[in-house]
Amino acid sequence: MAEQFISSSNRWIGDVVNPSIYELWREAVTANRPVALATVIGGVNPGAKILVGKAMDPVGTLGDPDLDRVVIRDAIGELAGGRSGVRNYGPHGEAREDAVAVFIESFAPPPRMLIFGAVDFTGALVRVAKVLGYSVTVCDAREVFATKRRFPHADEVVVDWPHRLLEREGDQLGERDAICVLTHDHKFDVPAIIAALGTDVGYLGAMGSRRTNDERLRRLEDEGADMDQVRDRLHAPIGLDLGGRTPEETAVAIVAEIIAARTGRIAASLKGTAGPIH
Amino acid sequence: MKEILGDIDRWRAAGRRIAIARVVDIEGSGPRLPGATMAVADDGEVAGSVSGGCVEGAVVAEALDILSTGDRRLVTFGYSDDDAFAVGLTCGGTVHLFIEPLDW
Repeated sequence: MAEQFISSSNRWIGDVVNPSIYELWREAVTANRPVALATVIGGVNPGAKILVGKAMDPVGTLGDPDLDRVVIRDAIGELAGGRSGVRNYGPHGEAREDAVAVFIESFAPPPRMLIFGAVDFTGALVRVAKVLGYSVTVCDAREVFATKRRFPHADEVVVDWPHRLLEREGDQLGERDAICVLTHDHKFDVPAIIAALGTDVGYLGAMGSRRTNDERLRRLEDEGADMDQVRDRLHAPIGLDLGGRTPEETAVAIVAEIIAARTGRIAASLKGTAGPIH
Repeated sequence: MKEILGDIDRWRAAGRRIAIARVVDIEGSGPRLPGATMAVADDGEVAGSVSGGCVEGAVVAEALDILSTGDRRLVTFGYSDDDAFAVGLTCGGTVHLFIEPLDW
């Protein structure tokens, strides 16, 4: 039976006979809701699909209830890790068989970059981070500096102390996310870094000259920061040693360091190294 | 796939039939990860990419064939000792694509 289908924007978009898997998938990724799409690519029923997500019942079938159950479980696991790839099963979901090949693709929301400090370098870092696909938040306690007009490319501009933002949202950060502390003002930096070390954020960097950095490390120790964690996790002074000076060049040095930190590379020129590139 | 939604919406609104090619697996070197997606409309218009430009032409031909036959298939492009593949990746890797009509 036809029913009226209302999109998430509350705009009437027509009469449809139940939204298709494609339409449900489209709604979810447009709204940045994490979903995984499992598609049979080998064996019986090629093209059969199941869509899974956090706050939704799975939709679709691969043609066998036992296979469906196993694939739903695996798709939820892949989605949590943001991974995509092919898995093989027996006809009823048996492990270590390869009658059915299923491509599970995760659609996770974009990683977040939190930039603390609405300074000269912030605008350039926002732009470069957007190129890399981050959802970018600029946070500064000084409302004259932290304005959407100064950072039109930021997804969000928050007027608050950075450590308070982390008290609210820090538990949602994970290994794909980044925090860049650009304030180089100890009264903002130190509580922000201590709060950031209490999260699972994948990258934490702080800007400043060698002298600023030495002084910041002293103050972090005075404030009781876990100095083993500081040495392991804090990238400071922030960025790769590219020798650039402008805000844009500095932004590239910062995001290049974020990539190298994730991949565990030492960031030399490929010309001077050997081995696989990826 | 998200980045080509705009094109897909436009094609669907115009009533055009669409094939979707997705990278599902790569072996060795390859420029795009699993999930990289290219969409092909029935008049040959293309959105997105699945490699560094090495195999896109061949993917369009496969996609148009799939739109005319209605089937779906796994297609492999890559380096082969016996030259079985007419089209390859210059980087020496192998890419597996699943191509299907957008009928789901």
